[in-house]
Amino acid sequence: MRTLAIAKRVTTELLRDKRTLALMFVAPILILFLMKLIFSANSTTSVNIATVDLPSAVRTELNGIKHVDVVAKKDNSAAKKALKNQDVDAIIRKTSTNQYTVTYANTDATKTTMVKQAFKGALSANGIKQMRSTIKRLGGTVVKLTATVQQMQAAQKVAAAKAGMAASANATTGSAKTPAISVPKVKVTTSTKIKNKYVYGDKDTGFFDKIVPILMGFFVFFFVFLISGMALLKERTSGTLDRLLATPVRRSEIVFGYMLSYGGLALVQTIIIVLTTVYLMGVEIMGSLGAVMVINFLLAVVALAFGILMSTFARSEFQMMQFIPVIIVPQIFFSGIIPLESLAGWVQGIAYILPLKYAGDAMTQIIMYGKGLLGLSFDIGILLLFLVVLTFLNIRGLRRYRKV
Amino acid sequence: MPEPLIDMQHLVKKFGDQTVLQDVNLAVMPGEIVGLIGPSGAGKSTVIKTTLGMEVADGGTAHVLQTQMPNRQLLGRIGYMAQDDALYDTLTGRENLTFFGNMKGVAKADLTAKIAHVAAVVDLTGDLDKRVSGYSGGMMRRLSLAIALLGDPELLILDEPTVGIDPALRRKIWAELANVRADGRGVLITTHVMDEAELTDKVALLLGGKIMAFDQPAALKKQYAVDTIEEVFLKAEGVD
Repeated sequence: MRTLAIAKRVTTELLRDKRTLALMFVAPILILFLMKLIFSANSTTSVNIATVDLPSAVRTELNGIKHVDVVAKKDNSAAKKALKNQDVDAIIRKTSTNQYTVTYANTDATKTTMVKQAFKGALSANGIKQMRSTIKRLGGTVVKLTATVQQMQAAQKVAAAKAGMAASANATTGSAKTPAISVPKVKVTTSTKIKNKYVYGDKDTGFFDKIVPILMGFFVFFFVFLISGMALLKERTSGTLDRLLATPVRRSEIVFGYMLSYGGLALVQTIIIVLTTVYLMGVEIMGSLGAVMVINFLLAVVALAFGILMSTFARSEFQMMQFIPVIIVPQIFFSGIIPLESLAGWVQGIAYILPLKYAGDAMTQIIMYGKGLLGLSFDIGILLLFLVVLTFLNIRGLRRYRKV
Repeated sequence: MPEPLIDMQHLVKKFGDQTVLQDVNLAVMPGEIVGLIGPSGAGKSTVIKTTLGMEVADGGTAHVLQTQMPNRQLLGRIGYMAQDDALYDTLTGRENLTFFGNMKGVAKADLTAKIAHVAAVVDLTGDLDKRVSGYSGGMMRRLSLAIALLGDPELLILDEPTVGIDPALRRKIWAELANVRADGRGVLITTHVMDEAELTDKVALLLGGKIMAFDQPAALKKQYAVDTIEEVFLKAEGVD
């Protein structure tokens, strides 16, 4: 069987190329690990706010918020200087009653949002406090009022007694008890408890967790694409392809031989990447691990066929690299990292011709929503279609080098 | 009269608007070494590619082993050696031979013996288990020739087999070609080296896509009234 002989040869060549092996297995792990470090760091952003003429109550509230530090500046120019020197991230200035001006450095959108929320929170907290004290004061007034009323009634009683009307006095005594207004206890419940429940992940689930299923697929795609493309390219530039085609080998046997050997490699790579993502990065998978592997492997085989096809359009390794910005990078934009629904209609159309979209879709469904493979027959079907069409084109494409 | 191994009649090949071969007639008989000489760009490689079925003729016929080319199955009976060595350098010499043996469809039972035989012919027996990346240029050429010889092909097609090798090795290769001829097999060889052309049974002079002359070296020298094939070549090119 020539397919097996080709697969065996390609595998032997690969196993002897230690650097390429390292690239395929170690590089994705390294990159995923670095991304984890970077994306999980964004939860501890802290901001410094300069305040000018801000009521001390508001300032105290603001200072009490986690990751927010407040410095009071005596005037606007001092605050502006601090902003310019990057000592503070925003200035909050009270211009008149209930009028505030907030100036943001706005070099970091996360910080700007944080300042906005913190200030809003501080203002409303302060508002509640004021309300509470107002109510308390009102409560006090009511108590005083009641006392006054009682005093008045007592005075009335004295007057009535002085008048010597015993019968009416009895009646007034009864009525005098009635106005004893009971003052409701003013107690604003400050400890409102919100209990958070998460369908996927926990309170530490961040941006990284959302993009990780897609990134996992992307790395599988990227590395398999690059290396398989290079391999057939080398075969062509070194002249061995011509020599190979000068034997009775079928064109399909060459393509299948490559698919078989690189498919095996892709399988190992997929397992490594998936296991790293799940166990080392601690990503929670709602669905089954097996389903994740199946989708990733399918994507790897599509990448393989794609890489082989693209290599026929490249004349050198450098030309192969030129496909990275043209073919690889767009995939990541349309893979679902940015929600596709928010894009214009025609832009969404582009996504439908990119295999990574379907894989990313399926992966998100499995990892975040716990869907099974059976529920993803559409995505799987499209990936298989990509595979069949690309493989056919590859067999067809070798006709350029031999007419039979 | 034996059937010709290669029989090209009025062969025409075009790439786009450019006519690379026009009305090429060429025959290689069993037990014959035919040399194809001509300047670069004359169309030598195109003749070889058409013979192997990598290109299809736009006119005329190209029969190899009595079969119209291109034909995939037939390639198992042809030994081909390209201008570049075209070897897998991370593999050993033996692995290269085994791989191409498998591709040519050499029976598994015979393969070991046949590899040993061709390796002995090109004097590589002791180096078969070294990786090709550690071979010298001459060793690579010899391995390349061994691959072409593998499977006892009825027809050998060699594209500049002696480029960049030392005289001792060249002599060895020619000795092997003489053996092939003695077996009643045929050889089509392209060359730049004119004194090699003298060693062939027939020389085809290819110039601008046309066969200017096709005859035995002695007859050609007589026809052009010169002493060497080199002079025939120069005269035909009109350099003189």
